[in-house]
Amino acid sequence: MNSATLRDSLSVSLTVGAYGVAFGAAAVANGFTVLQSCLLSLLTFSGASQFAVVGVLGAGGTALSGIATASLLGIRNGLYGVIIAPRLKVKGFKRIVAAQITIDESTGVALGQEVRSPEAMRQGFWLTGIGVFIFWNLFTLAGALGAQAMGDIRAWGLDSAVPAAFLGLVWPRLKTNSDRALAIGCAVFAVAMTPILPAGLPIIATAFIAVAVGLRK
Amino acid sequence: MNQYWIAVIGTSAIAFALKYSGHSVPEKWLSHPRIQRVNALIPIALLSALVAAQTFTSESKLMIDHRLLGLSVAIIALLLKAPFPIVVLSAALSSALLYNFSI
Repeated sequence: MNSATLRDSLSVSLTVGAYGVAFGAAAVANGFTVLQSCLLSLLTFSGASQFAVVGVLGAGGTALSGIATASLLGIRNGLYGVIIAPRLKVKGFKRIVAAQITIDESTGVALGQEVRSPEAMRQGFWLTGIGVFIFWNLFTLAGALGAQAMGDIRAWGLDSAVPAAFLGLVWPRLKTNSDRALAIGCAVFAVAMTPILPAGLPIIATAFIAVAVGLRK
Repeated sequence: MNQYWIAVIGTSAIAFALKYSGHSVPEKWLSHPRIQRVNALIPIALLSALVAAQTFTSESKLMIDHRLLGLSVAIIALLLKAPFPIVVLSAALSSALLYNFSI
């Protein structure tokens, strides 16, 4: 086991998993039962989608609009699957597990390990995916059961820890000036489009910028 | 069955279907050199977009707040070649300090 990979995976698992407190608290505050909150974390297992469905129903939206918003945010997990599957090469039950833990963090850490070795990449994926799954679900239960005192993630710096983690992951991949230009362009695009496009689209849209740049070269 | 249960089950079913369908795209579709190049650029695009969106937006609005300090500290740590946990912890610490003291 590569200790640097283990370290990266564990720090992301813990930081991101701790967000589960905020989700559990938010879900219960918006009218979901503790059981429903925990099922969302176990079965949906995609933070942005979960917050979206809870927010929509809490604001009086219908189940259908909640599901649609959450699913729009879940599209990027499908794209991550396309990126990760040829690198993992798993079938059957393992593929089902791999699919369920294919999220921002497992994909991000896995791709961040690729500069080390293909083996480190696979370890990064499984360790982070399973690690986030365990912590996210435990913290969801804690949050749902009323640990709302720690509910303000901002007071703990968690809202900065996650972008910092993503930045640390993309950093080693920025080798050429055109990589850096792409990164800055996509960052500006995502922020500029956020007030205009529906939630979730600005991020997924940057994948198409990468496709356009890659095909043109 | 009430709206909450429909939302829980529907969201979960579609979330898994999206994840699994991504894993089921045939590999030969992805072996072309151009596709490989695109595949290497996509993470740069998505990760950069995630960094920016999580730092400068809040509930679909643009926002500059304590997270900018966290990100700046993370960039400095990375320029100083700090290890990953230091990058994350220094960002969290600086951000939490500014948030708690600016209320």
